[in-house]
Amino acid sequence: MNAAVDRATAIIRRGRVITVVALMMLAGIYVLSLGLTPAERAQGLAFKILYVHAPSAWAAEMAFVLVGVVGILYFWLNDPRLDLFAEASAEVGMVFGTLILTTGPIWARPIWGVWWAWDPRLTFTLLLYLLFAGYFALRSALHDPVERARFGAVIGIMGLVLVPFIHLTVYLFQSQHPLPVLGRPPCPPGHPDCAPSLPWVLLKPLLLSFATFTLLYIGFVTTRYGIGLRRQLAEEAEHA
Amino acid sequence: MHVERLERRFGVVPALRGIDLTVGAGELILILGPNGAGKSTLLRCAAGLARPYRGTVRIGGRDVQTDPAARGLIGLVSHQSLLYEDLTARENLRFAAALHGIAGAEQRVRDALDTAGLTAVADRRTGTFSRGMIQRLTIARATLHAPVLLLLDEPFTGLDAPAAQLLRRRMAAERAAGRAVLCVTHEPAEAWHEATRIVVLIAGKVVIDQPRPADLERFRRDYQELLRQ
Amino acid sequence: MSAVRAALAIAGKDLRIEWRHRTALVSAVVFAVLVLLVFIFARDPGTLAPRDLAPSVLWVTLALATLLALNRAFLLEREHGALDGLLLAPVSRASLFWGKWLANLAFVLVVDAIAFPLWVMFFGVDPTAALWLVAGVAVLAAIGFTAVGTTISAMTVRTRFAELLLPVLLLPFLLPPITAAAGATVRILEHRPAGEWLGWIKLLALYDLVFLVLATGLFPRVMDE
Repeated sequence: MNAAVDRATAIIRRGRVITVVALMMLAGIYVLSLGLTPAERAQGLAFKILYVHAPSAWAAEMAFVLVGVVGILYFWLNDPRLDLFAEASAEVGMVFGTLILTTGPIWARPIWGVWWAWDPRLTFTLLLYLLFAGYFALRSALHDPVERARFGAVIGIMGLVLVPFIHLTVYLFQSQHPLPVLGRPPCPPGHPDCAPSLPWVLLKPLLLSFATFTLLYIGFVTTRYGIGLRRQLAEEAEHA
Repeated sequence: MHVERLERRFGVVPALRGIDLTVGAGELILILGPNGAGKSTLLRCAAGLARPYRGTVRIGGRDVQTDPAARGLIGLVSHQSLLYEDLTARENLRFAAALHGIAGAEQRVRDALDTAGLTAVADRRTGTFSRGMIQRLTIARATLHAPVLLLLDEPFTGLDAPAAQLLRRRMAAERAAGRAVLCVTHEPAEAWHEATRIVVLIAGKVVIDQPRPADLERFRRDYQELLRQ
Repeated sequence: MSAVRAALAIAGKDLRIEWRHRTALVSAVVFAVLVLLVFIFARDPGTLAPRDLAPSVLWVTLALATLLALNRAFLLEREHGALDGLLLAPVSRASLFWGKWLANLAFVLVVDAIAFPLWVMFFGVDPTAALWLVAGVAVLAAIGFTAVGTTISAMTVRTRFAELLLPVLLLPFLLPPITAAAGATVRILEHRPAGEWLGWIKLLALYDLVFLVLATGLFPRVMDE
């Protein structure tokens, strides 16, 4: 019993280490983007928020997709730890979603003059966020952990299948709602990164940012998974 | 029916801890045990309603979890009636017949209503039925498809003496017809003389599995003693 | 094929029970009419002609009416443990899904059939042949709505907050088909050439197909205990 708890604590510690490394990298990115890269022509300083925005969206979508994939694995392998991972990933996904939905308007205001616009990234993230919220609402209304895992996996898989439809919908919807102010290149469907023609000096920090956020995701999820595992072990100890 | 190494959990709480049980034709088994021993859980796993954590239940050689046809061999009478209030008795049975793919359903339904003594009220909605009538209809529904294994979960609850007597007689008739009957109850006296075997479940494990002894009083005493421990 | 027969039996049973009281049916129809009225009264009559609102209103109404219709299916089975009766049948859980889905679809189509002409009337939609196309889109959308809705309602009905959880969980899933359906409706009503709205209909049909198959596969897992 104690060995398992120790392992869980080790996982948490490892997760924290990864998170700290990722956060340091993030700080580095900020320095790089704010201090060392030239301002983008059309949007000036506010463009820098792309370095946080786009990777966050990527991380949120990755989190969501993984919840679905883990759901499939759960039905195949029947391992309850997979559900712990799904829960961790969903929580982290919501965190990243919150990040975009709050930084989005902050960016939109100086660039477009409005607090909200239906650009693909924001719209997509909003829908994802609502799906996450529904996912947690369902989980919290269920008391049996096995049922929670099972239904969570079902919703996760359905959500995974829905993602391509959301991309299509967002793209088609956005093509009918032109963005308010000029200077914004049209976004291609699918990948929300809206700067295919960025010069290398601006692209490099962006790619680094993606890597950082991926690492941040891994760090958060590992930590959260470890916490969930420890919590579950404590519950089991109560009932044994 | 063969039950092998059956385990079932609710979350982290184990309900059945490795049950092995074999039931043959013409047996009438009473499953006894205190509340929470796992009796209803065992029945639900046997009926294919609950998925076990580990282990298998085989009916007539078919795994009840993977082979839907295995369910056609089982009839379940639980304390819930499984009936639709807004449908008449006849309609309820007709529906059950359709679900089980019974040929010549109309005649079978008529016969079942007759055996249950419900022909007079066959076209009344079951929402208006008394407890005894519902019990009879529930049994009719459970036996409509001529299952080889009949599972009863605390069927004597809330029955008055004549209804209980009818039930006992029905159980004995099923056994005589070569079926296997498993009856979960907390009071051994309810079907003592009809039973051929006694199984006692305590905390998810089979503690006693023996042919029904002749002396009810003696068994009762030993049983109480066992529960006290 | 006993799977088909079982599904039809289940659907038939659901509809027969519904017909006995018709409470849910009448309520859903009245609800749809009320939603239409809310849209009429909740706008400034001077600036917005009903006709401009019409396509959006149709889809909001149909989506909400579907929500109302879905809880009925599994709440019915909670009485007296009737769901066990269905699970004990020697048919696959997928048949159970198809039966419930068909019953839900029939129910929703009846509500739609009554709400649709009222929508045409209230919102001054031109009664041209194009309306048949829109009706067809509504049928196609109902198929997808009910496929996803049946699966999700089977889950939410086990919780204490079924009425609240169902919309929260289901509506995000309905946004893609609603977008496609509304997109097609707008263009059909404007009498655009088929090339402009066929794509939306294909998207809707794809959604239906994908989610019907997915629901058939996932439903047994939902029914597990």
